Amino acid sequence: MRHLFCGNKRILKYLILIPMSKEESKNKTRRDFLTIATSAVGVVGVGAAAWPIVSQMNPDSSVKALASIEVDVSKMKEGQEMTVLWRGKPVFIKRRTKEEITTANKVDLKELKDPQTDDKRVKKPEWLVLVGVCTHLGCVPISGKGEYGGWFCPCHGSHYDTSGRIRKGPAPTNLEVPKYEFVGDTKIRIG
Amino acid sequence: MDNTDSKSNLDNSIKPVHTNKVGGSPFTGVLGWIDNRLPIFRMFKYEYLDFQVPKSLSYFWSFGGILMLCLIFLIVTGLALGMHYKPDAKYAFDSVEKIMRDVNYGWLIRYAHMNLASFFFIAVYIHIFRGLYYGSYKEPRQLMWLIGVIIFFLMIATAFLGYTLPWGQMSYWGATVITNLFSAVPFVGEAIVNWLWGDYAVGDATLNRFYVLHWLIAFGILGLVIFHVIALHIVGSNNPSGIEPVDTRDTVSFSPFTTSKDLFAILVFFLIFVAVMMYAPNYLGHPDNYIPADPLVTPAHIVPEWYFLPFYAILRSIPDKLMGVIAMVSSIAILGLLPWLDLSKIRSCAFRPIWKQFVFIFVLDFFILMYVGSKPAEGVYVLIARIGTIYWFLFFLVIAPIVALTEKPLPMPSSIHEYEDWKKQGKLKTFRFFGSK
Repeated sequence: MRHLFCGNKRILKYLILIPMSKEESKNKTRRDFLTIATSAVGVVGVGAAAWPIVSQMNPDSSVKALASIEVDVSKMKEGQEMTVLWRGKPVFIKRRTKEEITTANKVDLKELKDPQTDDKRVKKPEWLVLVGVCTHLGCVPISGKGEYGGWFCPCHGSHYDTSGRIRKGPAPTNLEVPKYEFVGDTKIRIG
Repeated sequence: MDNTDSKSNLDNSIKPVHTNKVGGSPFTGVLGWIDNRLPIFRMFKYEYLDFQVPKSLSYFWSFGGILMLCLIFLIVTGLALGMHYKPDAKYAFDSVEKIMRDVNYGWLIRYAHMNLASFFFIAVYIHIFRGLYYGSYKEPRQLMWLIGVIIFFLMIATAFLGYTLPWGQMSYWGATVITNLFSAVPFVGEAIVNWLWGDYAVGDATLNRFYVLHWLIAFGILGLVIFHVIALHIVGSNNPSGIEPVDTRDTVSFSPFTTSKDLFAILVFFLIFVAVMMYAPNYLGHPDNYIPADPLVTPAHIVPEWYFLPFYAILRSIPDKLMGVIAMVSSIAILGLLPWLDLSKIRSCAFRPIWKQFVFIFVLDFFILMYVGSKPAEGVYVLIARIGTIYWFLFFLVIAPIVALTEKPLPMPSSIHEYEDWKKQGKLKTFRFFGSK
């Protein structure tokens, strides 16, 4: 036991965690080096062995393979909204009315918790695509409710506007805009 | 380190070794033969038959035993349920319905498991209150208290994971909301949450691992409970007087005195449990959990199980996401700091007139938070939750240290048997609700 403690103190000094006197720095031994080298290899080995056990919990290949979907929106009229499932999460696709677009554009950025202009959040102003997951704790906000004409989360009372931006309540950021693109005029590929 | 040094020490450092410790059993015959080789019978005799406990123990001290029994019943019923349950997002809900309708006594086993979880929390809250009121967290019982706080954390984790398994609407959205708490962690929050889910939303992979972790943590609790009890048998039981026993005038032996008293408490407790389980098995649950999980629709009013409500109220009382999460976790963790915040040498509230008032307000605060946690987060409820949260933290961080330093305690008896005499003479106002004789 005494050996072990003395050894540890020397190793701490060796690693310059404890200051070393001149005399001590001359006395660095091969044993110190071996102890450190062995411990280092041990740490790397345990880490390498543990990584697969930790990583197996991440989303697997089959989950990642479902990363994109195509949605036909040709039947949607102005003011209508649809919800599709993408990566297990709801995605809102809303064909906004003219008024909704103007209200979204009129907002003073200073009023916003997570400032972002409306045109940065859409590809075509008419179409708003959002991940329908409240940025607070992941509930699905309800459309057409709340004080700002957009969405309202029933769980903890976050209000979103017609651009899906957070206006009131505990959510920290705007509703996420997923990666998407228009493939043709009435078809959207999400993901 | 020095070579010459250790060589000269070698000769006079020869000592006999005792690798063979067979013997010393107070039993004879087969019991003795086994006990000499594996000292479990003598341990049982010393720790559960001859063990001396303060004679002033009230029914509040029966809740440790009640909790132990709850845990054993939970594990047994859980084992039975595990033989029929399928942790797969496609089959989980249906397999629970199958348990309820087709499996022999499945309805009984599931209702027992479900309601036992609630009663486990009822008992643990009374147990924690006992510790708080009678100062059971103080020297020398700090470590025992700390182990208790960790057990409480694990209970919360297991209860949450278990609630996910039926895969109803409340299961699904409860799991979503609670796992999303981790997304509040700066920078890596998102990665952590995806790692927990094994997906980009709560799904099949999540359910499967939650089932495994539900088991794992349950046995983790069992292990820590064993440590909790070992520590108890080292430091001894506290008692309503908060005075340490000195001689046999202050104590009784664990059996038959405590065992018979505990047995009565256990019977009453489980009588109430059986009444609730049989007549109102879903009273403590939420009807929405009988709707299969739907990732597209969040229930209009999502609430956690009743035993999480006070902490849920604390989470919601803070408008910032990260701070809300930190407040919720620390509202529980702060219990662990209490031995070092309340430095009064006197344990029992019976002799601490000021602290006692604050403890009662704290209990009231707990119930108020529980009530507002069940209400929507708007209007006056938010205000009440904020006041409740402020008191919760003030109680530990400010009131406990200040009262400990400034309070003038009541005159105290010098021993437990004198305390009992004072009580008979009506000199003490003790906590009579649960009786003590």
